[in-house]
Amino acid sequence: MIPDPTPYLPGLEAVVASAVGLLTAAGVYLILRQRTFPVILGLTMLSYAVNLFIFASGRLSTAAPPILREGVTTYADPLTQALVLTAIVISFGMTAVIVMMALGAWFETGDDRIDGDGGPDGDGGRTGGGGRP
Amino acid sequence: MGNWIIAPVVLPALLAPLIVLAMRHDIVLQRTFGLAGTAGLLALSVALLQAATVNPPEVYRLGNWPAPFGIVLVLDRLSALMVALTAALALVVQLYVVGTGWDTRGRHFHALYLFQLMGLMGAFLTGDAFNLFVFFEVLLIASYGLMIHGGGAARLRAGVQYIAYNLVASTLFLFALATIYGVTGTLNMADLAQKVAVLPEGDAALARVGGVLLILVFAIKGALVPLHFWLPATYDRAPGPVAALFAIMTKVGAYAVIRVYTLIFPSDTPATGALFADLLLPAALVTLALGALGVLGAASLGRLAAFAAVASMGTLFTAVALFTPQATAAALYYLIHSTLATALVFLVADLVADRRADLSLRRVLPPVAQGGLIAALFFGAAIALAGMPPLSGFLGKLLILEAARAQAGLVWTVVLGASVLLILGFARAGSTLFWKAHEIPPEEAQTHAPEPLSFVAPATLLAAIAVLAVMAGPVTRWLEATAAQIHEPAPYIRANDLDGATP
Repeated sequence: MIPDPTPYLPGLEAVVASAVGLLTAAGVYLILRQRTFPVILGLTMLSYAVNLFIFASGRLSTAAPPILREGVTTYADPLTQALVLTAIVISFGMTAVIVMMALGAWFETGDDRIDGDGGPDGDGGRTGGGGRP
Repeated sequence: MGNWIIAPVVLPALLAPLIVLAMRHDIVLQRTFGLAGTAGLLALSVALLQAATVNPPEVYRLGNWPAPFGIVLVLDRLSALMVALTAALALVVQLYVVGTGWDTRGRHFHALYLFQLMGLMGAFLTGDAFNLFVFFEVLLIASYGLMIHGGGAARLRAGVQYIAYNLVASTLFLFALATIYGVTGTLNMADLAQKVAVLPEGDAALARVGGVLLILVFAIKGALVPLHFWLPATYDRAPGPVAALFAIMTKVGAYAVIRVYTLIFPSDTPATGALFADLLLPAALVTLALGALGVLGAASLGRLAAFAAVASMGTLFTAVALFTPQATAAALYYLIHSTLATALVFLVADLVADRRADLSLRRVLPPVAQGGLIAALFFGAAIALAGMPPLSGFLGKLLILEAARAQAGLVWTVVLGASVLLILGFARAGSTLFWKAHEIPPEEAQTHAPEPLSFVAPATLLAAIAVLAVMAGPVTRWLEATAAQIHEPAPYIRANDLDGATP
């Protein structure tokens, strides 16, 4: 639907696509870890991946400004850039929240495992945890 | 209603910072302004409901930018219903919070509560897909604060899991939106509806990917199996009244599915067809079965309430997944019922938890103070959630069964089988908690402050469920008109004024 503003850029496409793919793969691997720190890093990786992806959904172009200017005929999509800004701000705030919560949980429970559940008796997982220091 | 459409978002957005900044140290002022704000929201939402009943869908343009370039809020019967339901539930739960003093067990309860309401109202009213994401985040960040209100190791640990799960969901949401934007070049829901309907052949696959990613996000919000893992621990560990408010949060997922998959991807879209209904129905039935099994096997009252919430989401999504006007009307009736009943069971669980630290259903423990009254409320909640007459759960399930006549073999078997499990589960829990407890002589006299407000709130919810059953005729007629409006999106799209005909 969106008209392509610039000629086909195979090199740039390959770089952006593989960056999104690699960041997503690293993010998914890290969020499956057991400790809060790698999980938070993984969430950050995922948010980088999605930011790049949103940016790319407005089509890739080079030397195309997003704002109206005299004598310019090709423009980049400004909306995706605005969306990325919103997404960056939100994911930044959310990362700060989860870091604080993870710290709080670590101080309260004495370990930083993210998986597992305290069970119905509400011991906060302290009996089933253990694991590496 | 014109400019009033934004009022349910603006009112809590102004009041919440005021409470944080100006009345941080005065719980009485916080309560006064918090309750006044929620009551104001209820009054506003009733006025909006009235307007939506008589008028076609209406649009509020933020900053007066025309759609699809600007963000719009849309008031139609569905969004007005959700806004009114949220406001009503919020007021009752807030009364309970004040009555039990939950708001003194941590800081900033009322401010977070209002921020949560702001996010909910915005999510129900918005007509822009990216704005829906933003309001999801607003309601989530407030819910993180509410979820760990009062603190404690178990609650914090469950809170971290809850946040991590939802951050992944948010990322998926962005991937879905970017895919859809990449295909259609718009994020206004009405504009999307027009563009997706005439998508060229080559773009159909990407649109399907976007649609499926989006339904995954809503399934996470709605706790649909296999994406329900966050719910039992979160609802069990959250403060009782917060879990009661969260009863509306899972409904945000159901609302979004109804909105997006009737407006943007209806089953007659050439690009997607009945793909989403085919995905949703089996997942809903498994959710219902798993929720019912969870209720039967729950080891504590909190878990029982959480799995009852999962089961009711399963029933709700079963009706939603049929995507016919009749089924949607049934789904909306069940949605109202399920919100009230789920909130009720969490409040009852909190009443018990307030009197006895141990909510275990594995051991028989001495009776709790004011046990008779609590048992009566639990009995009402059990009847409502199991779907037995005379309360509205029975009527809701009947409407859903009627709407699922075409797939009677599968849907009826699962819904009725799950009802039996739910009855058994609630009966077991009730007898362990309230009946067998009398076999044990209490060591000392159980006493508890009377706290009348804490009983008024659940009793109000129970009364509302009874009224919903008594008034089922007029309510279902109104909901049938709502479902007809949902399945006939032309007026909704026209209200967005995409061609800019009326500047």
